Amino acid sequence: MTSEFVSVVDIVGSIRGGKTTASDVLEQHLARIDKRETEIHAFNHVMAESARANAASIDADLKAGNDRGPLAGVPIALKDNMCTRGVPTTCSSKILEGWKPPYDATVVTRLQQAGAVIVGKTNLDEFAMGSSTENSAFGPTRNPLDTSRVPGGSSGGSAAAVAAGFAAASLGSDTGGSIRQPAALCGVVGVKPTYGMVSRQGLVAFASSLDQIGPFTHTVADAALLMEVIGGHDPLDSTSLDQPVPSLTAVLGQGVKGMRIGRLADMPDGCEPEVLARLDAAFAALKAAGATIVDIALPSLSYCLTAYYLVAPAEASSNLARYDGVRYGLRVESADLISMYGATRAAGFGAEVKRRIMLGTYALSAGYYDAYYGKALKVRRLIANDFAAAYQSCDVILTPTSPTVAFPIGEKTSDPLTMYLCDIFTIPTNLAGHAAMSVPFGTGAHSMPVGVQILAPALGEPTMFRVAAELERAS
Amino acid sequence: MSPSSDANTTPKITAQVVAKVAHLARLDLTEAELALMTTQLTGMLDHFGDIDKLDLSAVAPMAQPFPIKNVYREDVVVPGLDRQEVLDNAPAPQDGRFRVPPSNGSES
Repeated sequence: MTSEFVSVVDIVGSIRGGKTTASDVLEQHLARIDKRETEIHAFNHVMAESARANAASIDADLKAGNDRGPLAGVPIALKDNMCTRGVPTTCSSKILEGWKPPYDATVVTRLQQAGAVIVGKTNLDEFAMGSSTENSAFGPTRNPLDTSRVPGGSSGGSAAAVAAGFAAASLGSDTGGSIRQPAALCGVVGVKPTYGMVSRQGLVAFASSLDQIGPFTHTVADAALLMEVIGGHDPLDSTSLDQPVPSLTAVLGQGVKGMRIGRLADMPDGCEPEVLARLDAAFAALKAAGATIVDIALPSLSYCLTAYYLVAPAEASSNLARYDGVRYGLRVESADLISMYGATRAAGFGAEVKRRIMLGTYALSAGYYDAYYGKALKVRRLIANDFAAAYQSCDVILTPTSPTVAFPIGEKTSDPLTMYLCDIFTIPTNLAGHAAMSVPFGTGAHSMPVGVQILAPALGEPTMFRVAAELERAS
Repeated sequence: MSPSSDANTTPKITAQVVAKVAHLARLDLTEAELALMTTQLTGMLDHFGDIDKLDLSAVAPMAQPFPIKNVYREDVVVPGLDRQEVLDNAPAPQDGRFRVPPSNGSES
């Protein structure tokens, strides 16, 4: 537990036990939003009215003896790139301002069926492209623990909403670290599930072969519960894995005795010493709990940044072609169709999105495809092979989530490459399609939180959550 | 657009190429944006040249984490999206359709 705020598990227990009501729990969270939202800007849209109606309906049902599901009465925030029917979904972009989706994302439906109360849509880097939530068309989100610093990104609003107690949990999306890095920088738990474990239906696409939705929570047990609710096969997502989510809440107490924990023999440069000290402490804690530490190598790790920043923009340039001013969102009127496309997209997209569309279009264009996109896909294979070799000798790998603690707002905005380097530890998981999560593990420079990242192979969530629970006990 | 080198080394980007790519991407960039984009893309592509040193000749490309197969479902009629709800989101709906400017460049 990272703060004075109440966990999802405790909220569910208190409401079920009659000690409090969904409405009271919601009002506590709305009061915190009233008090600090102007300063933090976690939300693009607060849904106070519909949340109050939902909470009242849940209370009425529970009073009548009806079960409303495993998350009955839990206030949850959604990253504003998940479709909510009739509720604005902007991706923090001017090009989608005012758009109200005609359907709900699968995760939204599953949360509602489980009794969750959706409190609002959270800020992000435009179309999830960024590592600081400074690329939002609606202004940056600030880190609740130090408002002069970034919350990380791109799911910075979702991380900040949990860290500030605006919601008991939230959902984000992770294409290259966009859940884990802000979780680390805000001192909360963040999970990037195995590719295909959580449906992407209704998640506005950034890079479809890398995107996954996952939870932000205060505790590991909360994250396990959320995963069990949102995960599992969805016929509406053709890349959805055709199997149930493994039980995660049941394994949390099983410990790590006999487990083999991988440690990078060669740590990339650029990590703050305090971050590395916390990582060492995490290894020591797992060793003390009966695990063995094994040195492993990921020889292609340093090339992941290149592979990712070619593959993700390439997919994005294709996915974002749909914003053309015809069917939804912004249109800048013009004399003919082609100039209407160009003018609309120039006015609607921010600088980072334009940069990535350009990079991706270039990497895919005739004459350059083999030199860039083609090569990047081969490097992607290399890192997957590296992981396969490493997991011969270990069960999970521990790294820092981010090389640094939360940095000051504005520090990295002038040079895109410097910002991209924030993602060095998180990107490989997305390229491979594996599972990973960040767990808060003490503080580093400026007393800001440090996250330790647990990497696991595809479908390795049960093992990963056992390690996370052990680190939480030790922190 | 022609490649400036073979697939073994990363080509260099020029202002002309950037302008061509902007057109392909349907992005009207200002002169200042084109200049900045040329500088920034050059910097990134220089950095991305690090993979040139790898021998990738025997490596199979990986476009997806897991093999993708065709997914079929039963051919059952289900309700589609609400037409009015969809059209309400359009910038210029007209008579139940999406109105667009002429594609040949002249008003009719």
